[in-house]
Amino acid sequence: MRPEEQGVEVVVLVSVGRHPITGRARRADQDARGLELALGLEARLPGSRIGLLHAGPHREESESALRGYLGMTAGTGLDSLTLLEQAEGADAIPALAEHLAAAPPQLVITGARAERGEGSGLLPYALAEHLGWPLVNGLAAVEKVENGVATLLQALPRGQRRRLKVRLPAIVSVDAAAPAARQSAFGPARRAELEATPVAAELDLELAEWPMVPARKRPKRLKIVKSASARDRFKAAAAKAEGGSGQVLEGVSSEQAAEAIFKLLREEGVLPR
Amino acid sequence: MDEIRRRDPRREWVARNRLHPEHARALAEQGGGATSEWLGPQGVMRKNPHAIGFMGPNGVKRIDRSGAQQGGRVSGAAHQAALDRRRIVTIEAPAFLVAVVPELSGGRLSSHDKDLLGLARRLADADPDHPGAVLAVVFGEHKEDSFGEAGIDRVLHFGDEAYAGFAPEARLAALMAVERELAPRHWLLPDSPLGGADLGRRLALRLGERPATGVWQVEGDGEAALGWRCTARGAAESLDIQRPLPRVALALSECAEPVDETRHAAEPLSLMAAVPRALSRIEDLGQVAVDPAGVALAEAEFILSGGNGVKDWDAFHHAAKVLGATEGASRVAVDDGFMARDRQVGATGTWVTARVYLAAGISGAIQHLQGIQSCDKVVAINMDPGCDMIKRADLAVIGDAGEILSALVAKVEQQRGGQRDAA
Ligand SMILES: Cc1cc2nc3c(=O)[nH]c(=O)nc-3n(C[C@H](O)[C@H](O)[C@H](O)COP(=O)(O)OP(=O)(O)OC[C@H]3O[C@@H](n4cnc5c(N)ncnc54)[C@H](O)[C@@H]3O)c2cc1C
Repeated sequence: MRPEEQGVEVVVLVSVGRHPITGRARRADQDARGLELALGLEARLPGSRIGLLHAGPHREESESALRGYLGMTAGTGLDSLTLLEQAEGADAIPALAEHLAAAPPQLVITGARAERGEGSGLLPYALAEHLGWPLVNGLAAVEKVENGVATLLQALPRGQRRRLKVRLPAIVSVDAAAPAARQSAFGPARRAELEATPVAAELDLELAEWPMVPARKRPKRLKIVKSASARDRFKAAAAKAEGGSGQVLEGVSSEQAAEAIFKLLREEGVLPR
Repeated sequence: MDEIRRRDPRREWVARNRLHPEHARALAEQGGGATSEWLGPQGVMRKNPHAIGFMGPNGVKRIDRSGAQQGGRVSGAAHQAALDRRRIVTIEAPAFLVAVVPELSGGRLSSHDKDLLGLARRLADADPDHPGAVLAVVFGEHKEDSFGEAGIDRVLHFGDEAYAGFAPEARLAALMAVERELAPRHWLLPDSPLGGADLGRRLALRLGERPATGVWQVEGDGEAALGWRCTARGAAESLDIQRPLPRVALALSECAEPVDETRHAAEPLSLMAAVPRALSRIEDLGQVAVDPAGVALAEAEFILSGGNGVKDWDAFHHAAKVLGATEGASRVAVDDGFMARDRQVGATGTWVTARVYLAAGISGAIQHLQGIQSCDKVVAINMDPGCDMIKRADLAVIGDAGEILSALVAKVEQQRGGQRDAA
């Protein structure tokens, strides 16, 4: 008998993003990808339920950004977002951890890093530590969920993927490798509901103390040649960036040419075995 | 040994006099063949211009005044000596430890790791009277043999199977064992997706520290708890946050200059107590074979790129499939409608980072070459031996792209067939 695939209960943590050029509030890119992933999961596993959760101040600007997520869920029956209302500059982690612990879902999806504030990417880790759940970062896809175990694909550099099995409940974080988010529809976003619950929260005093300035362009590292002799230094400074040291095969048959290329590809280890 | 230098004025005089019948012997005695410099009787340095220099390519004697080399006479040993000029440093009784967990992608220290080790050295060597030691915690198999050159004093290697692959829980348990036993003053990890970004955040939370992430600058600061202040990137790279350096820091690449003047001991170290087995709720099932056609061009490892010189596009697609390469194209191929727009490589297309870039029938216009700047190995197939792509290529073959690609495909298929027969 095939093990039964049941629906899962997913909570997607969403934040208010920041447009990289205009600086306006928007739905955060990674969080939207997380929601996209959850919607895909719901479409494949009937009976799944998605919840949207945000902790932060309730203001006009952030509200329109948060409604951006609700505009993605048109036709899925998901039309509300839970907002844990806090003062500006409060630490979101305790409120979220408490809320999740009170009604634990099976899977929590977050973005890897926030687009505002410290943006340290600590939140998923802090929640995992608080709740004692396993955490997987850089998620690319959820392959299946059976018997309380999820099979996931984690993104590696160069487009490679790694398959992992994780015992639920778990926290997963997504970054740019996850599927791109669908567009947000304006009408459903307007009509959807924000369920705001005020929660007590401590201010993040430490963060408020640290000076923050718009990011300065990082200095380019110079190629410094440390050599005792002026001759070597001059040679290094005057060398062309791209030396023509390559090997050129001319007047060979195509078999010989193919042989040479084949050898190089094999040495570099890029040919599939 | 005899400390007093004894001089023989007559010998010196003979050595200076080229016309003396015993000149050659006197020179040889003075040490190491032709001496070009010696201390004269008045205490002035004397030079013999005949003893130095080398014969240039046109048969003219040339003298290299930089003192670096002597023409063709530069020997392997001299070259080695130049390489070995690093100062050797051993720290016997360190005042404290700076722990670094390098990423070791592909089993070697990456440039990011080396920058991080440079930063660790800065932290360790700040007070010359009480130097700290840099401890590298290395997980899994590695192929690195120059830990000392990178500035590492002690190496703690966890080579067990349990730490291979994605094993954050086991690795965290090992780091916590290090913390209990050695209590390093600083923990430094690279803020790279698969290296320290994950492990470092877990470690910091387990230690109850608020780590600095995305650190790119560290400066001394007497008022901070650890004596350092750092600048960290925050809010999707749009903010610089200044804060005292905490115990756990995750640093970006180029956070410091790599070590290049000293060589350290890289002594192997081991823990007294065994690391407790961590209960793992994450199981690594290994890497998945991905379809190269689906890999984004910018991240592809091996690209087969076609240009105006490719005539048979079906054969080209077939070749890419057999070679397992991601497809790319020059602008001409895209404009002519043979390839999709998102496959264009170059200034107005994608900047690729492939390790191997195989360019078939691409002339190498500057706009195209810009896009392949960071490729490691470039292979060119072209009819025109004078084109710019050939100058850039590490291996270039002159010939028809279609023919050579089909020969290459035949070769790969034959090889694979042979393996299957053997198996
Ligand atoms: C503003 C601007 C931006 C641009 N941006 C880009 C960009 O991002 N990317 C890009 O690629 N281009 C770009 N270009 C275009 C670029 O200048 C060149 O025109 C283009 O790269 C040339 O493409 P190609 O090498 O395929 O074609 P060609 O220059 O026509 O070269 C074809 C080559 O194939 C060889 N050849 C012919 N037949 C065969 C055969 N049977 N076998 C083997 N070899 C053969 C020829 O010897 C020749 O070297 C840009 C141009 C401009 C003005």
